[in-house]
Formats: sequence, structure tokens, C-alpha cells
Amino acid sequence: MKQLMLGNEAVARGLFEAGCGVASSYPGTPSTEITEEAAKYDEIYCEWAPNEKVAMEVAIGASIGGRRSFCAMKHVGLNVAADPLFTASYTGVNAGLVIAVADDPGMHSSQNEQDSRHYAIASKVPMLEPSDSAECKAFTKRAYELSEQFDTPVILRLSTRIAHSQSLVDVEPRQELPLKPYVKNPQKYVMMPGMAKKKHPVVEKRTCDLTAYAETCDLNVEIMGDTKIGIIANGPSFQYAREAMGDRASYLKLGMVHPLPVEKIRSFASKVETLYVIEELDDVIESHVRALGIPVHGKDLFPLIGEISQNMVKEKLTGETAAVESIGEEIPGRPPVMCAGCPHRGLFYTLSKNKVMVSGDIGCYTLGALAPLAAMDTTVCMGASISGLHGFNKARGEESESRSVAVIGDSTFMHSGMTSLANVAYNASNSTVIILDNSITGMTGHQQNPTTGYNIKGDPAAKISLEKVCEAMGIRRVQVVDPYDLKTCDQVLKEELAAKEPSVIISRRPCALLKYVKYNPPFTVNADKCRGCQSCMKIGCPAISIKNKKAVVDQTQCVGCGLCSSLCAFDAFDKGGNQA
Amino acid sequence: MNQTKSIMIVGVGGQGTLLASRILGHAIIRQGFDVKVSEVHGMSQRGGSVVTYVRFGDRVDSPIVDLGQADVILSFEQLEAARYLPYLKEGGKLITNTQQIDPMPVITGAAAYPQGLIEKMKACGADVLAIDALSLAEEAGSTKAINVVLIGVLSQYMDFKAEVWNEAINECVPKKFLEINQKAFALGASYERG
Repeated sequence: MKQLMLGNEAVARGLFEAGCGVASSYPGTPSTEITEEAAKYDEIYCEWAPNEKVAMEVAIGASIGGRRSFCAMKHVGLNVAADPLFTASYTGVNAGLVIAVADDPGMHSSQNEQDSRHYAIASKVPMLEPSDSAECKAFTKRAYELSEQFDTPVILRLSTRIAHSQSLVDVEPRQELPLKPYVKNPQKYVMMPGMAKKKHPVVEKRTCDLTAYAETCDLNVEIMGDTKIGIIANGPSFQYAREAMGDRASYLKLGMVHPLPVEKIRSFASKVETLYVIEELDDVIESHVRALGIPVHGKDLFPLIGEISQNMVKEKLTGETAAVESIGEEIPGRPPVMCAGCPHRGLFYTLSKNKVMVSGDIGCYTLGALAPLAAMDTTVCMGASISGLHGFNKARGEESESRSVAVIGDSTFMHSGMTSLANVAYNASNSTVIILDNSITGMTGHQQNPTTGYNIKGDPAAKISLEKVCEAMGIRRVQVVDPYDLKTCDQVLKEELAAKEPSVIISRRPCALLKYVKYNPPFTVNADKCRGCQSCMKIGCPAISIKNKKAVVDQTQCVGCGLCSSLCAFDAFDKGGNQA
Repeated sequence: MNQTKSIMIVGVGGQGTLLASRILGHAIIRQGFDVKVSEVHGMSQRGGSVVTYVRFGDRVDSPIVDLGQADVILSFEQLEAARYLPYLKEGGKLITNTQQIDPMPVITGAAAYPQGLIEKMKACGADVLAIDALSLAEEAGSTKAINVVLIGVLSQYMDFKAEVWNEAINECVPKKFLEINQKAFALGASYERG
């Protein structure tokens, strides 16, 4: 029987069936589940690497070592891994190398909306793009074949709606592959000018060969219906177009999005009256079609921003609109919030109270930017909290150093905070860096990292000490605080801001959602004592609200962390269990 | 032209919508349909508004449900029902749990929780079934079983055999919670629509 599989799960199944032997990734929505699922197959060695660059280099090494290998990342992760990618394009592979990158049109869980197809073009590496889970599996396997046939890494591009949609997949057995021999070959694997100059023409010829492949391969298919409208589309856009137009249009579905075919597109264009390119984000296919001198509609109708949908296609191509009902009044938004008991809350309350400039980073704690805590000034990319703060302080001088901090999670610090901290120590800004150590990679759904003491399978592993890393870099002032202890947090923050040297505060308490974390019974409010002053509302806890001018604790959400109680001047919060 | 059926499951992160969509997906496969189930993971799980799209038929193209396209919306919370009402098809069914969970803008006082939502949704022509799923879940033995209670209610509007639902629940629910969930489903499935 066919199985219902997430696109990401189907990619993992493809890895298994293709005989992949080594996978190394850094978690990032919407790519994370690929490697989590791959780790369930004992035949594939899987690991979480500290960042995407490391992961890709591990995969490159494993490929050279003779095993089919893999790495996965979200779109912005490919920025981090771009360095190895561009040169792996020159070296090519020994055993197949597949790189999955998951874009996030609509920015459901991302800081920008970049289109990874530009990387395939720039690095001259072929890119495949599936449009459902069955294709996720099939294209993963095909990617390995292409990788070995054309001696190149192959990128598999996903987007949120493919990665996080489940559809039906047929499973097949694994193809067991022997370890390929490794033969020392500096002309192929040592990229210094003498060798690289010889490799670049090989890469250009490879693109020509791959273009010839794109002309005839079954990854790019014509589906003919009414020929008044012709649609060229890829990935989820194909699904939206086909649902909207059915047999009222003809389609050229592109499963290989780089390099793009030429004759195949000319031939399709010649068969239809009006040609449209429907693609999310940038006008990559459209530009290619225009360069061939073929008249085409694309971004004149469809947005460069966000996702496309079936209604949008129907409306743009036929003018038909959907009938929509609504209650006709504004519905309050429901933005994500730090969970009840989140260890980040106490620390961000302290920052908010002290009115410091906060140089932020990527993780659950980015939610600290939202009201009522509103304690974040900047968020750019992984690691930028620390380096950005250093720059901010170098620009603004000593006064700024005593009124600003960087905040960065444990996993993000391992990813790219360490080099930034080295810069703070080496180039001596008196910056205060706060590492929010919740003992897990939180936002992506609880992945282990080098500071947690466990590997991807949950088995015990080497545990890097954050304190010792900081000390080894020359940071002499390192203090550890419990973010539930507001008084100490406040005191330590003031001390470190005043210090005339770089310092690190480690705010340490495990994520409240971790299975091993024990909860206290929920607090209750003594309505006689509560004055309705709303001091407890300053922490933005989703379990506390004001009803009839008194605080009320939601008994299903409260985990008994006690932050509200420590803020209450009237002792109105009763510990759970006391009154039973 | 398009025979695809569309169901949306909406609620608040942490309410257990994912299990509901899993059970529904498994039931649909057992009925022999093509199916796509789509949801967004990541940031929205942190107490935010969550939505799962479930689509089935002979061949499903788009993995998402668009405005005016849902045959059924199954809502775990009133405000979320109102938020996603524009996705309901003309003549579609909206099933909502009567529970209210304040979102952060309401908690901070920046916005008010709209009153009389069920009446307002009915007033704009929606076929609404409001049900206190929390009480039924408590009756079944766990407040967490809201999701399976609501799947039980949904089953009244789907032409699937009882054993298909049973098998789907058996497949998706951990053994030690099976009895509670079977009871929760039965309570939902026998709920008088009125």
C-alpha cells in the first residue's frame, strides 16, 4: 500500500533507497525533518553538524571517500554553505553528492524570502525541484544518478508547501552500494589556481551536457490540454496552475530548474497561443524564456513576493474570483509567543526592565522582540548578534558598551557565534554577550547540538562547555545565571554592563517543552490580594490574563515557573498544591 | 470540474490539531482516495494560529485549500473559526469547538476578544455547528482528547465506514491512550447535531 509521507520524509526515503551512506545537516525550517527521518534508517550514518558549511563539507568529504552522501538546509543555510558549494562544483564527486535546500516563500518561519535557484545558476550546479512527495523520493534518487553521471553535486530544491505536505508514496527496497575506491587525484580534488583553471572549462562543458539532458529527460514534461493557454511551471506553482486550469490549459512542468532546456521550451511555446510562466519568488524561468525571444507573461501578473495559489492563478488567467464570506470585523491576530515557563522570558524581562539595546539573533528567543517584552533591536542572521554588537559599540563608543547586549542561543552560538565572540575578545570591545542556553535547538523542534551532550539518535555524545569555550577565547568574565531568578539576573546584568572588559553571561535553564523537564503545579491567584496592578502582565506569559480587573492563571498552560509570583508586590500568586 | 474535497483543521498551536489531521489522513487512505495533507511547522507552533489543509479525491493537485474552497472547517477554537471563515465554500459546514483561548494582543489589552462570534458567523450565512468539545473530552477521560472528539463530530459529515475510523485511530494513537480516544471518538460521532 502507498504511504502518506511528508515531502521531507519522502526525501529521506529516497536517500535510503538510493543507498546514501552519510548525511550531515544543520536544522532549519522547512528542511529539518529530512535528516530527522533519515536518522531512523540505521543504514545511513546521520549527524547534526554545528552549521551548514560544516555539514556540506562533511558531505563533500564523504562523497570523495566513496559513499553517496547528503546534506540538507533551509534557504539561508545555503548562504552559509555557499563557499564549499562553489568549489565542489569544480571538484565534482566520487560517489554521488546531493544537497537539499528548502526555500520558504511566504516566510512562514524565516527572516527573508530568497530564491535558491540563483545559487544553482551561480555555482553552475544542476537543480531538481519536485512538486509532491512521490517526486521528492524519485527526484532524490535521480539526483544521485545525475551526480555520478555528470560528476557534479546536485541540488534538490524544495519549498515549504512541498516539504511540509504529505502525499502518497510507493516504497521500494534499498539499493546497497559498495564503497567506491578512493584514488588520490590532486588534479580533481585540490583546487588551487593551476588545477582550478583546468577544471573551469570542464564545468562549462558540463552545463552544456546537462542542458542537452534537460531537452530530452522525463523530469521536464509536457501535459497537453487546451492550447489557447500554455503554462510553464515548477514545484508547487505547477500544482496550483493545474488545479486552477485543469484541461483548460497545456503545461510544461519543469522538474529540472537548472539548467533550463531551450528547444523544449521553444517547441512548447510554438504549440500554444498565449504563454505564461508561473513560478514563486523570482523570475528565473521567465527571464530565460524572454532571452530566447519568446513573448511570455509572468511577473507582469504574478507577484515576486510570497506564495501563489490556485485562486490567484484562476483570477489572473480567467478573471474568475472565489465567493468569500467573512464576519466583517477585525479579528485579533494570534502571533506565536514564548511558551508558558519558557526560560527566555525571565532574561528578556530583565533586559526590558534595564532598557538596554539588544542585538538579537535567530531562534525562539527572537520572539523577545514582540510586545510586551519588546526587548530586541536587531535580528539579521545566525551569529550576527555578537558581531553586530561589536560593530555597534565600535561606532558608538564606551557609553554604548555599558547599555547594550547581544543575545544568542546555545545552538546558534555553536553555529556561528564563536567566531564573532573571538572577534569581540581579539579586537577588544567591552561588549556584553548573553548566551541563552536552553540545552536544545528549540525553534526547529528540539534537535541536539554540540552543547547538549547527545547526538541525533539521542545517544550520549561529547558535550562542549560554553564556559570553557568563552574562557579559552580570552573572556575572563563569564557568569552563569538561572533566568527564573530575576533578582540575580538583574544584578549580574548590571555588573557585566559596568565591567570594562568583554563579558559573557550564560542564562541556563532547559526548554520548558523538553520531556525531562518536571513542572511545578500551576499557580493560582488569590483574588482578595490581587489589586489588578498588572505587574505580572509585563512578562507576556500566555497563561496569565486579566478577567474582571484581576489576574487569572490558565491552569492548563501554567507550568509553575513562578516568574509572575516574583513580580507581584502583593503576594497574590499562590503556589499550586498548597491549598489542596 | 474539480472533484477534490477540502477540509481545514484550525486551532491554536499545542491543541493537538496535528493528531487530528493524521487520523483523518489515514482514514482517507483506507477509503482508497488520493490525498494531500499540508501544514506549516516551526514558528507558528509556539501558541500561534495553526492550520492544516486536508484534500482528497481521485487526483489532488494543490496541497493547500484556498479562499472559498473548504467543504468543512473543523475549528478547535472560536476565534480561529472566525479567522478562517473566508475559506469556507458556499454551502460548506463549519464545526467549531466553543472554547475561547485569548491571543497575546487580547492578553496585553491591545485588542478585545470579539463577542458573539458564533451568531455572527451564522449571520453571514455559514452553516455552523458549535460544540463544547472540551467537556466531551473530559467525559472521555482527558482534556487532551478534544482533537479526537472533533474528529468524531467530523465523521458524521463524511461518508466513511466506522471500521475505517477505528483502524485510523488504532494506527495513529499511542496504545496507552487508545481507550480514552476511542471513547472520545464515540462521543463526537454520536453527538446530536440539533
